Amino acid sequence: MATATAEKPPAAADAVPSFTVTLIIRRFDPEVDEEPRWQDYDVELYGTDRVLDALHKIKWEQDGSLTFRRSCAHGICGSDAMRINGRNRLACKTLIKDLDISKPIYVEAIKGLPLEKDLVVDMEPFFESFREVQPFLQANSTPGTGKERVQSVADRARFDDTTKCILCAACTSSCPVFWTDGQYFGPAAIVNAHRFIFDSRDDQAKVRLDILNDKEGVWRCRTTFNCSEACPRGIQVTQAIAEVKSAIMRGKP
Amino acid sequence: MWLSTEASTIMGGLFVSVQTAGTPPKASKKKPRPAGTLYRGHEGMWSWVFHRITGVAIFFFLLVHVLDTALVRVSPEAYDAVIGTYQTPIMGIGEVGLVAAIVFHAFNGLRIILVDFWSKGTRYQKLMFWIVIALWVLTMLAFVPRHLTNVFSH
Repeated sequence: MATATAEKPPAAADAVPSFTVTLIIRRFDPEVDEEPRWQDYDVELYGTDRVLDALHKIKWEQDGSLTFRRSCAHGICGSDAMRINGRNRLACKTLIKDLDISKPIYVEAIKGLPLEKDLVVDMEPFFESFREVQPFLQANSTPGTGKERVQSVADRARFDDTTKCILCAACTSSCPVFWTDGQYFGPAAIVNAHRFIFDSRDDQAKVRLDILNDKEGVWRCRTTFNCSEACPRGIQVTQAIAEVKSAIMRGKP
Repeated sequence: MWLSTEASTIMGGLFVSVQTAGTPPKASKKKPRPAGTLYRGHEGMWSWVFHRITGVAIFFFLLVHVLDTALVRVSPEAYDAVIGTYQTPIMGIGEVGLVAAIVFHAFNGLRIILVDFWSKGTRYQKLMFWIVIALWVLTMLAFVPRHLTNVFSH
């Protein structure tokens, strides 16, 4: 099994070198399989390709039954979070050249959510927690001069980090506490609560703090920092959770 | 019971990884290996794993310790007999493990307090983990030789 062996000398001297990369994908077809199984694929790839391109090549050229989610393919829609070599990543943001292609690349679905097929999981429990924290603006005031709610640069910067979330579930499904029973709200829901709790235009921070001051709320965070390291948008998730924890203790944001 | 289930999740993962390491990738085609790979967390995850394991271990020590100390109320002779069995080299080595667990749990506990209450704690968590490890090594270097000479010279 030759991985990472450069192809025969290309005809043109300036041709971009390609490599044979082995992907080992955890497959599961609920109509056939009792248990998920690992399957190998050899794919011809360029260093500039992403894991998502490798999955496309497999699906389009080798095995059309491979199932995975993707929409925009550019790191915005948050559809293709998966576990690549044991870490949660977006397939569309993980370049082949950044992985060790002398070894096979392991690709599997994210952990802690019900597996539906191959790399597709049931995201409903994840979105359920998201909805529970009321992730929308609730203001008691009317906008000044009937147009907009003005906010200072500093007030806007207060929650800037947590506005970046794309709801890909890479953080929540990297959390060991979430894996155990899935009852914990999870980092993503807390991040999206943080976005409104610390928004000066919002008036319902207390309600959200009450929701998160629950047995399954922020206090289940054990600061393993897996979420911060998994976030494809670089959100400091553990920091955001810590800020919500101290806001609960102060009783206000 | 969530204490132990969380720990077993990670331990299950550990077991799988041992299998993964030993099996050549091609063999995985035939051999079913339904469990996923071990999640490759960094310092934060491992500090939590060790914290949980040492915490559970210390809990069982304290349980036994409360029971053996309570024996003195039942009968001083029984208490002396039980404490006497602790003076063996095997128990002496066990005490090294106990102190190792407590020292890690104590230093890492301080790290977690800083992560939670110090505004910059989350930023320096990795550095603080390695400081914990360094303090743990220093404490053990000071403790183990002295303790083992005591254990084996009596």
